Amino acid sequence: MIAEFGHIALIFALTIALVQAVVPMLGAARNDERLMLVGNTAALGQWIFILIAFFALMNAYVTSDFSVANVANNSHSAKPLIYKIAGVWGNHEGSLVLWVLILSTFGGAIVLFGGNLPPALRARVLSVQALVAIGFLSFSLFTSNPFERLAPAPLDGVGLNPLLQDPGLAIHPPFLYLGYVGFSIAFAFAIAALVEGRVDAAWARWVRPWTLVAWSFLTIGIALGSWWAYYELGWGGWWFWDPVENASFMPWLAGTALLHSSIVSEKRDALKAWTILLAIVTFSLSLLGTFLVRSGVLTSVHSFASDPARGAFILGFLVIVVGGSFILFALRAPKLRSGGLFAPVSREGGMVINNLLLSAAAATVLLGTLYPLFVDALGAGKVSVGPPYFNTVFIPLMTPLILLAGIAPMLTWKRSDLAGMFARMRVALGVSFLVLFWFVYQKWGNTVFGALGMAISAWLAVAVLWDWVIRVRLLEGSLTGSFSRAIRIPRSTYGMMCAHFGVAVLVAGITASSAWKIEAIQVMEPGDSVSVAGYEYLFQGVSQTQGPNYSVDRGHFVVTRDGSLVTELWPENRFYPVQQQPTTEAGIHTRWNADLYAVVGDPDGQGGWSTRIYHNPLVVWIWLGAFIMAFGGVLSLSDRRHRIGAPRRSQDSLPISASRSRTAH
Amino acid sequence: MNKSRLYFLLPVIIFGVLCIFLLRGLSLDPSAVPTALTDKNVPIFDLPALDDQTIGLASSDLGGEVSLINVFASWCLPCRVEHPLLMKMAGDGVVALHGINYKDESKDARAWLDELGDPFGRIGADRDGRVGIELGVYGVPETFVIDQSGRIRYKHIGPITQRDLDKYLLPLIEKLNQ
Amino acid sequence: MKIWIFTLVALLVASLSVAMAFENDSPLEDPLMESRARDLAKEIRCLVCQNQSIFDSDAALAKDLRKIVRERITLGDDNAAITEYLVARYGDFVLLKPPIKPKTYLLWFGPILIFLVAGYTVLQFFKNANKVGRKSTSLNSLERKRVKELISDTEVE
Repeated sequence: MIAEFGHIALIFALTIALVQAVVPMLGAARNDERLMLVGNTAALGQWIFILIAFFALMNAYVTSDFSVANVANNSHSAKPLIYKIAGVWGNHEGSLVLWVLILSTFGGAIVLFGGNLPPALRARVLSVQALVAIGFLSFSLFTSNPFERLAPAPLDGVGLNPLLQDPGLAIHPPFLYLGYVGFSIAFAFAIAALVEGRVDAAWARWVRPWTLVAWSFLTIGIALGSWWAYYELGWGGWWFWDPVENASFMPWLAGTALLHSSIVSEKRDALKAWTILLAIVTFSLSLLGTFLVRSGVLTSVHSFASDPARGAFILGFLVIVVGGSFILFALRAPKLRSGGLFAPVSREGGMVINNLLLSAAAATVLLGTLYPLFVDALGAGKVSVGPPYFNTVFIPLMTPLILLAGIAPMLTWKRSDLAGMFARMRVALGVSFLVLFWFVYQKWGNTVFGALGMAISAWLAVAVLWDWVIRVRLLEGSLTGSFSRAIRIPRSTYGMMCAHFGVAVLVAGITASSAWKIEAIQVMEPGDSVSVAGYEYLFQGVSQTQGPNYSVDRGHFVVTRDGSLVTELWPENRFYPVQQQPTTEAGIHTRWNADLYAVVGDPDGQGGWSTRIYHNPLVVWIWLGAFIMAFGGVLSLSDRRHRIGAPRRSQDSLPISASRSRTAH
Repeated sequence: MNKSRLYFLLPVIIFGVLCIFLLRGLSLDPSAVPTALTDKNVPIFDLPALDDQTIGLASSDLGGEVSLINVFASWCLPCRVEHPLLMKMAGDGVVALHGINYKDESKDARAWLDELGDPFGRIGADRDGRVGIELGVYGVPETFVIDQSGRIRYKHIGPITQRDLDKYLLPLIEKLNQ
Repeated sequence: MKIWIFTLVALLVASLSVAMAFENDSPLEDPLMESRARDLAKEIRCLVCQNQSIFDSDAALAKDLRKIVRERITLGDDNAAITEYLVARYGDFVLLKPPIKPKTYLLWFGPILIFLVAGYTVLQFFKNANKVGRKSTSLNSLERKRVKELISDTEVE
């Protein structure tokens, strides 16, 4: 019964979305306030009904109602409760419900928190939201109905993929979707602006908080996915440039460009067409990602059940939404009048280059991801594009960007004084050269790559810190003076510093764990010991036990250093009998400067076991860096100026001109 | 002014081209690895017989007639699904049908064939899968079409369905026989 | 005669130890060759799981291919010969690093092209933005006059 309620709720939501797509847009065109307000009610109604549907599905999972086909295909009574819940979105149909739930939640948030938006803009934004919702709701209802019943109901379900029975992976999709779907708001704002024919600083001020929310969530979502791959897949890697990883990374790159571009649009009334285009492109990449994962066009360890029929539906949707947006852009964007002028060497100029590099990076990843398809479609055979390609082309693009990130906060708006800027960069330059020489001197191997990477990371970190030192005039005497200045720095500036610092940490982690990773592969018998990077790993053998729904071969390592105990590692090889699937759990001990990582493989039949031990320097900095970045985003979000919103548009709708002082962010 | 208008049209144009490829991609299988050996001679191999109830398969046995080599294993479920079609083909005598037993135990394979029937003229036992690698096999079942001169003409990946027979295999065999 | 027997025995022992290495998928004796084998294995795609290299994959085929890589290194093949061996049997798809051939020119030179095109766009943008001049929201003299007229009109109540 509850499942049927859920089904009906989805249908209601679709009907409301149909109304919401048309009426408010009409109202905005005619300046009819009643019609525009329909948007508010509709958005809230849509949200409530989808919430009902979502909980109906969750109820089916939690109660193990196997008469619902989706539950029977993806769940099992022996599954722990938390994974029954996570199982709701661990499959194609359920994840679509999560998608539209988040979409409608954002729509509801616009209604509840967007009180300071001009009614016409809000109405148009909600209409665009509804348009996207129509696409996904119809996709769900017509091709991927999660509430389909099975008669007769099976006694038990097929079970959830064991790889998905993991805390990291349970929360990875919600964060990812909050990011993906969150960009639909920026998209809606962009379309609304194009329809209205106006983009001003106030518009950019409204767009920024929503973009920040989406960006922060996406950063965390990607980091979670990567971290999960690291500790779950047993080979110590954390990024494979898999099509689905790329599908989440491309919107992130474009979204970062969008974030920066919207700052320029807000402060200097410039780069409007770029910002609009980036808003459209970012969400389009999210939609493209959805298509790639579910259509079977690309292989991935990750894809949901691939079905060309479903793929065709999404492709059609993509053509309408994205194609339509780009056509609208081609028609309306040329009419957008650009405001402030600026010299190439200025903060705006820096942002333009930032846009350029990030867009080029996103385009490159897109090229590499889709290239196998191009070649195959043209009948030129098969080619595969793997990590060696991406690493080769991506790093040269990112390096100048990171260098730029260190310079940019020191650039002033409109026109920068190069000489003064170089003077301010001296400290960061000096430190990074010291770092470079120190690592070259160490000769740990992979010297060029490793030393350069660490030097670049040091450059950015010191540049951020030095920027703060200059802003608070730390070296010019009174500490209380510096303190009061530090407090008065706006939170969005701190957000920027935090985010950029996070990038530095991330780069250091990537560099060290790639350049100086040590792997030891050998066959060990109980009592054998192997030495890796100064740590002694004593193998104690393998024992067999049972988990809640799996059987386990658990290995045991005692790790010592200079004779004293460091830790004990318990890598596992699990076997899930229901799905007949094995998984590995690595035994990991995380230290600030390295991870000690052990995996047990197959027995050799003679009492020994093949083992792999990895020493991964600074690998935890990767996820730490990502979380610091996301925190920076949240910090920026908490800036009062965002919450109050932009000043209301009054009769003289000249944009609030940006302050010219350097301290304003 | 018109020149800059062109810039604004770029996104639509690029997107349009992209969609054409994506549409085409829906009917392709990205995980299929087609054979790299088309029109090349069958690699030289000599596989022992499964047991004393059948004869082995060597590359020198092929040639002089159009033949099919089916790579199968008793542990392979899709092989079961396609087996009736192979039995029918053997019964119809359309083409010479041989088998390579891939990474299997002889007794398991024998039991499997006893249960489902043996459509093969010759069966080679590829215990360690080396010959499979020579042929570019990466999964089971796979079926090779070999022409009279001993050249590989086509490889079918996965179980054979009636549709595959009617659409690809039988027409090819007919063409080669002319 | 003695030398002949000795060579035969040595060969036999050598082939046995090589065979044993393959059987157990255990590393090669020589650390340099083993590290070469691993680096090479990381650049070859596992065709079964398809999104891992044969070095990382647990699939049976990956194990077989690792064995072949080690075997060929022991037999003296250089990296190019080994990849050629695999490509001859499995096609270009087996390489994680796409070869530089006409069909992949766009792939390899694409990023530079993209960068240059984008860079050109940016340069054009800088040129135009500063050339076009004051297309700002302030009024020109004609418009200013019109506004004055309108204001004076409405002021007359």
